[in-house]
Amino acid sequence: MQTKKIINNGDDAVDEMLEGILLAHGDTLKVSDSSTRAIIAKIGPRPGKVGLVIGGGSGHEPTFVGFVGEGLADAAAIGNVFASPPPDPALACVQDVNGGAGVLFMYGNYAGDVMNFDMAAEMAEMDDIEVRTVLTTDDVASAPRDQKEKRRGVAGNFFIFKAAGAACDEMMSLDDVERVARHANARTYTMGVALSPCSLPQTRRWNFDLPPGEMEIGMGIHGEPGIERGPIKTADEIVDEMMDRIFDEMGADAGDDVAVLVNGLGATPLMELYIMNRRVQARLQDAGLNTHATWVGNYCTSLEMAGASVTVMHLDDELTRLIDRPCNCAMFRVV
Amino acid sequence: MNGEDVKALLVRIADVMDENRDELCALDGEIGDADHGIAMSGGFGAVRQAVSEMQGGTPTEVFNTAAKAFLNAVGASSGPLYATALMRAGASVKGKDVIEGGDIAGLVPAMAEGIAHRGKANVGDKTMLDAWQPAADAAQSAGGGPAAALASAADAAEKGAEATADMLAQLGRSARLGERSLGHKDPGAVSAALMVRTMATVVAELEEE
Repeated sequence: MQTKKIINNGDDAVDEMLEGILLAHGDTLKVSDSSTRAIIAKIGPRPGKVGLVIGGGSGHEPTFVGFVGEGLADAAAIGNVFASPPPDPALACVQDVNGGAGVLFMYGNYAGDVMNFDMAAEMAEMDDIEVRTVLTTDDVASAPRDQKEKRRGVAGNFFIFKAAGAACDEMMSLDDVERVARHANARTYTMGVALSPCSLPQTRRWNFDLPPGEMEIGMGIHGEPGIERGPIKTADEIVDEMMDRIFDEMGADAGDDVAVLVNGLGATPLMELYIMNRRVQARLQDAGLNTHATWVGNYCTSLEMAGASVTVMHLDDELTRLIDRPCNCAMFRVV
Repeated sequence: MNGEDVKALLVRIADVMDENRDELCALDGEIGDADHGIAMSGGFGAVRQAVSEMQGGTPTEVFNTAAKAFLNAVGASSGPLYATALMRAGASVKGKDVIEGGDIAGLVPAMAEGIAHRGKANVGDKTMLDAWQPAADAAQSAGGGPAAALASAADAAEKGAEATADMLAQLGRSARLGERSLGHKDPGAVSAALMVRTMATVVAELEEE
């Protein structure tokens, strides 16, 4: 049986979503003249500023399009559901946001995204625009520590993009923006848990099997299998498993500052996210860490998947300044 | 094969990908994110549309048009891989209005080289290359006419796709599965085998005519 969705035609879902977004947020966003899948910040790009271009498959909203705006990303290249955009929209983004200081590509570490964005970067170099790339790899469950470079980028994108976007907004050089982006990625840790599968608009079938009563720790935001499947546990037990792993990776000292994101995957209510946050904060306090800022909500979703993730960014003075810097995006504001 | 025959071949591949769309998605759902059938059917659907709108064209021009259409419709990982494969196929017969004999069988190794170059996979990594590389080797070593060479390429591709069930994924999303990828065929290798088989069928029909 087909899953229930409020859509018209599955093949039109992404384009119709973008239409709706532009109608709602036309004050800050516009579509590129050269690609309908390139969404540009109206006041982001400016001369001498490094352009920040993010992107990836659809189905994770507000990631990526919702983080385009002043002080954060200058443009997003939009792919089909769970599929990398082709090079054309990414190249359109580069051309539209180039302020003469170079452009940084940032996106999650997935094979398809790497190939398409690399092709776009090669094309941009033919136009004499310098493009560099920083991949996000915050999902600590997706590969062992000795293979960190193979990890996926997930909800931690939120902090990593924010830091890099603020660095661009401070008019840092391309070298410095790239350094900040790598540093932010290295200090951001995410663990997820899935409770139910999601379904693509084009197939309207569950894209993996997760029986009632079971959960999967470490599952990816496209349903990639995680590290442990078993009966559903309490919120405190789930958060403890996540935080143990995050603490182990982070190696923070008592007195250090962190920023926290408790993120819903699409179908999990805020009530449950706040219940999780209660335990997250208790664990941080027990470890002697100071929570500088907390966000709770749906920031990196996986269509109608039920589940959540916890991201902790290990702050230092520079990252704190960049996370605090104001931004004005369609679906995210810091004032 | 002239440009029109190449168009007909690409349209047949599009039909086969439509027919197998749900099965490819289901295979992908076991070890990936369940969208491979959508990418292949959507990509070749765009190829069908683009080559149908072409007036004339050499085989190389048809392959290049197809590459661009596939890439812009799909993205994902199959987009760059098949766009590169189709461009390499076009480059391998550049300057020819009609492709004959060894050039027809040579399309398969040209496509395999493009996929290997773009994807940087090795044989045994449990990717589409595990169908394309044996197909390329078989096409080059087989005797007889192009239809016979492509038939052995298709056999080799199918065997290669079957063998991916026993491989541990090294690249792409399924690489994060480790041993849980065992026992499942790679959907990219399965669609590759479908494509080579369709090429063999279409070329055999052309030889009979």
